[in-house]
Amino acid sequence: MTDARAAILSRLRATETKAPPPLQDFQILESRGWSAEEKLQRLRQQMEAVHTEFLDARGQDWPTAVQNWLSQEKLPGLIYGPKSTLGAKLSSQWNNSVPLIPYDRAMEQWKAELFAFEGAGITATRGAIAQTGSLILFTGADEPRTLSLVPPVHIALLNVGKIRDTWRQVMQEQAWVNNMPTNLLLISGPSKTADIEQTLAYGVHGPKRLLVVLTDED
Amino acid sequence: MDTADFQDSARTALGDPQLRSNFRRAMDGLMAKRAAMFPDRDEWTRLRSLGAAVRARSLLNLPHLLEKLEERLTANGIHVHWAETVDQGNAIFKEILAQHDAKHVVKGKSMVSEEMHLNHALEEVGIEIIEADLGEYIIQLDHETPSHIIMPAIHKNKEQIARLFSQKIKDAAYTEDVDHLTGMARQVLRKKFANADAGVSGVNVAVAETGTLVLVENEGNGRMCTTVPKLHIAVMGIEKVVERLEEVPPILQLLTRSATGQPITTYVNMISSPRKADEKDGPEEIHLVLLDNGRSRVYSDPELRNTLRCIRCGACMNHCPVYTRVGGHAYPGVYPGPIGKILTPQILGLDVAGDLPHGSSLCNACVEVCPVEIPIAALLVRLRREAVGNGAKALKSAIPPKGAGQHRSRVESWVWWGWALAYRVPWIYRLTGLMLSRFGGLMPATIPLLKEWTSVRSKPRFASRTLHEMASSQEVPND
Ligand code: SF4
Repeated sequence: MTDARAAILSRLRATETKAPPPLQDFQILESRGWSAEEKLQRLRQQMEAVHTEFLDARGQDWPTAVQNWLSQEKLPGLIYGPKSTLGAKLSSQWNNSVPLIPYDRAMEQWKAELFAFEGAGITATRGAIAQTGSLILFTGADEPRTLSLVPPVHIALLNVGKIRDTWRQVMQEQAWVNNMPTNLLLISGPSKTADIEQTLAYGVHGPKRLLVVLTDED
Repeated sequence: MDTADFQDSARTALGDPQLRSNFRRAMDGLMAKRAAMFPDRDEWTRLRSLGAAVRARSLLNLPHLLEKLEERLTANGIHVHWAETVDQGNAIFKEILAQHDAKHVVKGKSMVSEEMHLNHALEEVGIEIIEADLGEYIIQLDHETPSHIIMPAIHKNKEQIARLFSQKIKDAAYTEDVDHLTGMARQVLRKKFANADAGVSGVNVAVAETGTLVLVENEGNGRMCTTVPKLHIAVMGIEKVVERLEEVPPILQLLTRSATGQPITTYVNMISSPRKADEKDGPEEIHLVLLDNGRSRVYSDPELRNTLRCIRCGACMNHCPVYTRVGGHAYPGVYPGPIGKILTPQILGLDVAGDLPHGSSLCNACVEVCPVEIPIAALLVRLRREAVGNGAKALKSAIPPKGAGQHRSRVESWVWWGWALAYRVPWIYRLTGLMLSRFGGLMPATIPLLKEWTSVRSKPRFASRTLHEMASSQEVPND
């Protein structure tokens, strides 16, 4: 299809104008100067408005807090990435009251099992955005993409020190331009739809529930 | 391609009270939600001018950005294909799918794929293609097309959907409970995701500097389609590229707030590469199809080019008094509402869709809400002139809009002449206004023109004072 390419580009070039580019003022997207407390409050407010649940495990041992929550919710298991920092800590402190399942093979090797699983998947986050109420996930070898997509419950660990005011701020601080992973995700709640008469329903294709576990570490 | 006359289909739609009430309710809700997202006028103005500048800048460098995008994507391991026409685009899809022997395909919502009639093209060669967005799934079950670019099934109420599901989904009991209906679709579609050979998606923005495809959605079906099958084919119009990653946040924040009144969608999915050697999931192969389909012709006219700034938020239709009354199916082509009225005639040609730009009251509501400052009303007027063929303004376009001059009618030319005269000569304008305000009410509803008008609506009430009189009584300066 090189012909199509040449034809399209030459048509576009025929009338390309050499005007100076319009000015872009990004000021409106810069940091808002919110305090740590305000950032957390805004994040919670936005995310809770779309049914996200929070578990405050600051100052506690978070793997135990997660385990207790899973038992209390009667969830049958937790899938995790065994090679991540989170995974190492999780497995070393797990008392096995709830089965811990490592995501340690290619998805195709256990697709049916993964899709039939009724429990939760746990992932780390790279921080969060207070203004939009979003978690930041860099997926990859240690934490596959389906971990936060296929299980009906997604548990995300958030170090509250990594919440920033705006999306632009996070993007610049973390130098996304030079570090784009295979799949970068912003997640702002459990899966939802309003396609039937504009009535909100949760858990249409992705997770039905999203639990954010607040910590002061990674 | 569906190119039924807009005037005829609009008339039919107006006679359906259920349809009118479904749209009225939905549009009122969407307008209120959007308004709540922009409480601060100053912030809206600044974010909007940034959004407009980002889109204008992209268009300015479009050929260069497309080459850069192709280069970066290729370096990242994503294959790029170019299609001048819908047929070429469909042929590319068929070829890639055939190479992988893919027979079962799942698709996330994509208006460009609607533009291509991709489902039809693939079904013809025996490929099953399932719409995975809930709204799209609903209308696919009922063999319909989207009536709104963001909420494709907005014309249906839940009783209609309940009946449809109970008839079309195996073992489904009749229920009007929205959670249950959603649950049924989840069950059916999860199986489809797990077993699909390929996933198809659109693209909301492509970033040239990083070679990234960005998709926004609430349901997770887009993530399923782009993550679970071994093959992912994305399709986008050539105008959707931006140069820098930092240009993404303003565009997406304007898009989601304008579209559905959300600060952001549930998922922002940024894809920069196929599965890497050490990764455990994600497609092994990704292809991007860049579709022109008339866009480069639109691009050639410096004024009409602004049409290509559109980020497909749907706000113009949500605020359009005509769309709200006739609904999305009355419009020919796949893009309804004000954006459709300027885009469709330029893509399909003024000869087949030339009556579209005329079906507007030019009330300017769309212009006020458009997050990228597209002068929709001005473009409508321009296209009306082109369609009627008596434009005082000579065609500036290097390649004239398809079918220019096809819609000239004697009455219309005459009316425009009268209007232009009244506008040029102040005393004629004032006299006409004065006569209508004083004696308009006495006009019998049966005189020519007014008779036509009143056949489907009530006779207009003329204001008792002209705007000039009201303005001068309130001491508005005359300039
Ligand atoms: S024309 Fe403007 S308001 Fe309409 S869909 Fe496009 S961007 Fe949105």
